[in-house]
Amino acid sequence: MAAPERNPWRRLLALPNESRTKTLLVAFLVATVCGVMVSGATVLLRPIQSANRAAEEQARIASLVQGIPGMAGLLDRSGGKLSTVVVDLPMGRAATEVTPAKLGTALAEAANWTVLSPAADIAGLGRRPDFAQVFLLRDGEKISLVLLPMTGQGYGGRIDAILALSGDLDTIAGIAITNHSETPGLGGRIEEPSWQAGFAGTRTRDAAGTLRFDVARGPAGGPYEVDGITGATRTGRGVAGMVRFWLGPDGYGPFLDAIRRGEF
Amino acid sequence: MSSRTDLRATLTDPLVRQNPVTLQILGICSALAVTTSVATALTMSVSLTVVLTLSAAAISLIRRHIPDAIRLIVQIVIVASMVIVIDQVLQAFLGEISRALSIYVSLITTNCLVLGRTEAYARHHAPLPAAVDAFGNGLGYSLVLLVVGALRELLGRGALFGHSVLPTVDEGGWFTPLGLMLLAPSAFFLLGGLVWAIRSLRPEQSEAPEHTPPTRTAEAAE
Repeated sequence: MAAPERNPWRRLLALPNESRTKTLLVAFLVATVCGVMVSGATVLLRPIQSANRAAEEQARIASLVQGIPGMAGLLDRSGGKLSTVVVDLPMGRAATEVTPAKLGTALAEAANWTVLSPAADIAGLGRRPDFAQVFLLRDGEKISLVLLPMTGQGYGGRIDAILALSGDLDTIAGIAITNHSETPGLGGRIEEPSWQAGFAGTRTRDAAGTLRFDVARGPAGGPYEVDGITGATRTGRGVAGMVRFWLGPDGYGPFLDAIRRGEF
Repeated sequence: MSSRTDLRATLTDPLVRQNPVTLQILGICSALAVTTSVATALTMSVSLTVVLTLSAAAISLIRRHIPDAIRLIVQIVIVASMVIVIDQVLQAFLGEISRALSIYVSLITTNCLVLGRTEAYARHHAPLPAAVDAFGNGLGYSLVLLVVGALRELLGRGALFGHSVLPTVDEGGWFTPLGLMLLAPSAFFLLGGLVWAIRSLRPEQSEAPEHTPPTRTAEAAE
């Protein structure tokens, strides 16, 4: 007979499979190896994934601008580059300390969010970030297009969109829905270009400056409405609430006022 | 020599004769969900084949040391980790397709095909045959997915891999797309048709009926 095995690894492997020690150790080892593999893959690939997402966002913004009639030429002339500004929403001006790269970190802090009162919270958000990244397209010195990312609450969950306002800050030039979880075939139709086309040329405010934008129940009636989607009343209400909230005083209102005053 | 033919049989058997989807009816859920276009079907097939092969090899490597009491959990943990890694890789390098596949990549974990092969084959065989068997089964699954995906995309959109093949009416052609083909039921129909076709060609695959209906003469006598 050979001498008893000294190597603890061999002794472990030689244990009967059904022994309690071996069961626990095998479970532990498998879990450790798998854990290392999963965390390794996640950590190593995260930079590529976030770069991908940023590029996608950029491409979506570019395609939104390209899709607006007459904007493609303008975009080419300005070198195809939009300028990016992080806006301090309550102050209505460019944030001095938060850059687009630092925005994610800033929004991770609860102090940079404002809890909304139920009366003001027409988009159903609960709370709103104090900083937002917007995109400006300039024609010479004049701002010709403002791209405003916004979030609202639809029927199935959050709706993320980017609204393009023309240089008069009143007429909508277009909308792109970047993320939603509405019912496919009903509310999900908000991602169809044919529905989004209805936004172009829609006005948001009347002569007195009151926000009038709405999603109609059925075909649009009047210059302030876009068509509703049959069977998706709550999605439509969600989109309307989102646009009205973000263009209003608790959203981009102060920022838009600052542009009107010529501060940008 | 004989071991080589064995390996070849292990590899080619699951393609048609022992096809996991059409014969054993495993992995149906994802086969229905991801076959609306060839591109998603192809990505799903490749992901599943990679996951299946790697996890079969890994499980076969430690097969002598998996305690029976926790063998299913050990297998699921290994499969699930492989799936997460693959999912992360897809998100990093094929973002568009990863969004189209949504949760179905993660659901490879619960695909009975994977657990079926590791439980039935990899646990009792050496790593090489286990990997070959898993790869063959992955290919068999892929074959079915690609056939169903190609038919659905061709008939539902008049396209293959996103390129127009049959000019649709919308584009001024003659082909009216069958909207039904893009909905889940059509995958059932196609899969059923496929099973029927294979079993007509290979009658040995048909199962003996479990019940025999009463004969017509008895009805007539009443």
